[in-house]
Amino acid sequence: MTKAVAEPRRTVLFKAVPLNLALGAVLIGIVIISALVSFVWLPHDPNAMDFTAQLSGPSAAHPLGTDHLGRDLLSRVLVGSRGALFVGFVAVGIALTLGCLVGAVAGFVGGLLDDILMRLVDVLYAFPPILLALLLAAIYAPGTLTAMSAIGLATAPTFARLLRASVLELKNRDFVEAGRALGATQRRLLLRHILPNALSPIIVQTSLSLAVAVLAEAALSFLGLGTPPRTPSWGTMLREAQGFLQLSPYPVLVPGFAIVMTVLGWSLLGDGIRDARDPRNL
Amino acid sequence: MLAFVVRRALLACLSVFLAAVLVFCALLAIPGDPATALAGLNASPEVLAAVRHQLDLNEPPLTRFVGWFGGVLRGDFGTSLNYRTPVGKLITERLSVSLPLALAGMVVACLVALPLGILAAMKRGSWLDPLVTTAAQLGAAVPSFWLGLLLILLFSVQLGWLPSGGYVPWRESPLENVRSLVLPTLALGLGQAAVITRMTRAALLEALSQDFVRTARAKGLPGRTVVLKHGLRNALVTLITVLGLSFSQVLVGAIVIEQVFSLPGLGRLALTAIGTRDFPLLQGEILIYAGVIVLLSFVVDLAYGFLDPRIRYD
Repeated sequence: MTKAVAEPRRTVLFKAVPLNLALGAVLIGIVIISALVSFVWLPHDPNAMDFTAQLSGPSAAHPLGTDHLGRDLLSRVLVGSRGALFVGFVAVGIALTLGCLVGAVAGFVGGLLDDILMRLVDVLYAFPPILLALLLAAIYAPGTLTAMSAIGLATAPTFARLLRASVLELKNRDFVEAGRALGATQRRLLLRHILPNALSPIIVQTSLSLAVAVLAEAALSFLGLGTPPRTPSWGTMLREAQGFLQLSPYPVLVPGFAIVMTVLGWSLLGDGIRDARDPRNL
Repeated sequence: MLAFVVRRALLACLSVFLAAVLVFCALLAIPGDPATALAGLNASPEVLAAVRHQLDLNEPPLTRFVGWFGGVLRGDFGTSLNYRTPVGKLITERLSVSLPLALAGMVVACLVALPLGILAAMKRGSWLDPLVTTAAQLGAAVPSFWLGLLLILLFSVQLGWLPSGGYVPWRESPLENVRSLVLPTLALGLGQAAVITRMTRAALLEALSQDFVRTARAKGLPGRTVVLKHGLRNALVTLITVLGLSFSQVLVGAIVIEQVFSLPGLGRLALTAIGTRDFPLLQGEILIYAGVIVLLSFVVDLAYGFLDPRIRYD
């Protein structure tokens, strides 16, 4: 019976693909393809050292140059793209799961539980990813898992607040009331009627949070609190290159551009999705 | 107004208390024996006993928390395991580097971002708006620590104008102190400037689209007066929020910038504390950071109330 209830905002019309959405999709497409290609083809072993070609500039053998140990920068930056995507997706996955769970329950149940959950969310706001990573690194050990958990926990409050606001707005709307009148359970009302209609801002925020996650992971790896040195990651590459700035700019430029491209891609994608779904743009 | 301030102050105090609980619980979450984890596997029984005594590990967790938090309220954060110095003293010393850096970074960010954001909103439709918007979007994607490395590459390695790192205290040489902080400040400030520019433009455009602005224009007020007196004043609530958030980010971003430029600030102290597993020091530092972020949020809340009386009565 409840299936018959219309849900007004499910269908979205796209007037045209906004420029930022297209550009973001292209940039992220390049990063995803790079990561996939790195599994089947790499110009060199990313950890193979060549002491005859240390800190060399771009050449036929090494198109983006080499680092202080003669390792191929193209191979390392390609492998780094896997880590950037993996850490980003897992961290944002943690944030999405935790944030949406808290936001949905707080908004739907309301009352004292809402107050308690939102106070906890406020406390997490006081802990940006780097602070949480410092805390987690002290408890366990610095590494990819602690970095992902810290980024996920620190970005979860944004999802919680967003979803709570949407649920609060939607839970008294007519189509939810109709579902309730038809005998739908609380769980069904939340999962089948409210959540699908509250997804739009969450999708946008997911893309924007992926940008934040890539930046945070790079910063944590740069500090030595993220991906361990043996695995090529963009932040670790910058950390290692810092001591050789006077000898060659390429080990700093190459991973830096990769970070900027990925972060820009995710934020353009997020902005583009928001623009495309904004009724004022129709 | 008093009730509004008291309510917000109580909420801020509750947030700081909960942050303290979280930071304290971190010690409880250490797998295995915390004393062994902090002092190392090869620590002698005497050293382990000393660590247990210093951290009151023989007491129940609740008693320890009451003792620790009571100390924090009196300004006593305990004693660093590594430096054997009061944590409060170490933090105060390092704040003399981190705080001026963060404040200067924020000043740079505002000096760059506010005029650019206002100009972009005023010149909407001209070539300037997309130029500023694109630059801001690109700038927001640049990690501040990478920008720092690029600045070193240009101003230290190529031009040789400024030092690539290190810190000279103001007492020793004011000029060298300023020179040592120029690049870190730019790295920290320019990254935030990108975010503030976008938000300033958006907030001002939103305010300028309101009916009262149309009325002001219809009354024949000059464009500049309309934007600065009517538009900007009404965009202030959003701007204050953005500036508050930005200052928190600058403060935390300084942790990474201090590492790039080898500045002996709070960030480097925290990283040393992790390396040496100096838990009392790390707990104190993280609580200070979280407390400052809560305080900033409280100040922003109060500013709302002053700027927009409607918020006080909600």
